[in-house]
Amino acid sequence: MKHYSYYPGCSAEATASPLGISVPPVARALDIDLAELEDWNCCGSTPYNSVNKLEAGAMAARNLALAEKTGLDLVTPCSNCYVVLSSVNTHLKELPDFRENVNEALAAGNLTYGGGVKVRHLAEVLYTDITPEGLSGKVTNPLKGLKVASYYGCQLVRPNGFDDPESPHSLDELVTSLGAEAVPWELKARCCGSSLIMPEPDVALGLINKLLKNAQERGAQCLVTPCPLCQINLDAYQSQVNSKFNTSYNLPVLFVTQLIGVALGIPAKELALSKNIVSPMRVLAPYL
Amino acid sequence: MAETMVEAPAAKTSFIDEVCSVPGGEAIHSCIQCGICTGSCPTANNWDYPPRQVIAMVRAGFREELLSSNSMWFCASCYTCTVRCPRDIKPADIMHALEVLAFRSGLSTKQSRTPVMYQCFVDSARGNGRVYELGMMIKLFLKTNPFSAIKLAPVGLGLFLHGRMPLRPTRIKGMKEFKAIMDKAKKLGGAK
Repeated sequence: MKHYSYYPGCSAEATASPLGISVPPVARALDIDLAELEDWNCCGSTPYNSVNKLEAGAMAARNLALAEKTGLDLVTPCSNCYVVLSSVNTHLKELPDFRENVNEALAAGNLTYGGGVKVRHLAEVLYTDITPEGLSGKVTNPLKGLKVASYYGCQLVRPNGFDDPESPHSLDELVTSLGAEAVPWELKARCCGSSLIMPEPDVALGLINKLLKNAQERGAQCLVTPCPLCQINLDAYQSQVNSKFNTSYNLPVLFVTQLIGVALGIPAKELALSKNIVSPMRVLAPYL
Repeated sequence: MAETMVEAPAAKTSFIDEVCSVPGGEAIHSCIQCGICTGSCPTANNWDYPPRQVIAMVRAGFREELLSSNSMWFCASCYTCTVRCPRDIKPADIMHALEVLAFRSGLSTKQSRTPVMYQCFVDSARGNGRVYELGMMIKLFLKTNPFSAIKLAPVGLGLFLHGRMPLRPTRIKGMKEFKAIMDKAKKLGGAK
């Protein structure tokens, strides 16, 4: 059994609930103990870091301080939380003034942070600690014949990811270890527009269209991603792309934990498969 | 968009210093204007001044023109520019720093709804300790163009019907301490 401190992130409780729901049963099946960080708060995300650096730093650091008390690596399934928490963590280590100010703010809430936490992405834990080989040993329903486009998005692999920032392979290896076929496609680590979907929907919808087109042309039956924002953009906004670009995509977009869960024989309900907007049931039926 | 700049404004030194004060910001001195940032940017064709030109304008001191432009607000934080820059400049971090400066100086553009969205996000995160996505979206539409919400209503409804749009925010338990931390950070010259 491997032990970690777990930081779900705000989306996993709401718009990305299929992620939040599917992580615990998959972790249990893989002997991963994810102890949810007690009373965690928002990481601050990109917006706060674009409004005020010190406040954003203090907000992220409260989580790091809470995690430090557990003595465990802090694992998040959200790519944006991962980038924000790890970049604040690095700045706290490298910039003495910033560290001093943040710690002074934390002291007002009776906390302190010594810089001892390692921030990790759940996908990296699956790849590095569990390994594709370890995963394949637990598969009960091999996803033979299923063609999957692994969508890394941006922040899992950039700016400081664990995989190649331009041509990553870790998710493809995880997908392959489940018995599925990882289809090669060019845009697997290109941007979906992230939160621009709200203020600038036309820009983001254009990017989403390119991704869906590329995945479909390469023969994918579904996409798989670890990132809440990517999943929402590609899944919940797929109908908007269809109306805007006169396309007819019907591509399910699964969270990586949902796909792993299916291969491990975890019931559909525990994986929240009914919460995906584009239903994955048609392509997953043979394996459920 | 003017590629040729005529006259460099006066407050040149202080602007470049402001930008250089962000972690990694000083690297912009070594920019060779190769343009790989612009070529890698998935949204560059929407920017008033694309990434390469933003760096040039910071160095030339075009503070007001830049801070009031829509440029950095189109950065989706994909970090492709950052991993490709041959001079180890972190353009995405520079864009975030320019956003902070635009907020601080009251110059942020009305041409993009991103500044309002960021402010709504921050208010939500500070108010509950966690971000309440539905509340944030409603506020964004009310503050910008309520009619544009009609187009996106089916998406919101879809998420709601699939149990992905809770009608109530989640609040952390330690709000008192959380608020004390955030107030203190604000007081400590939180403009940084």
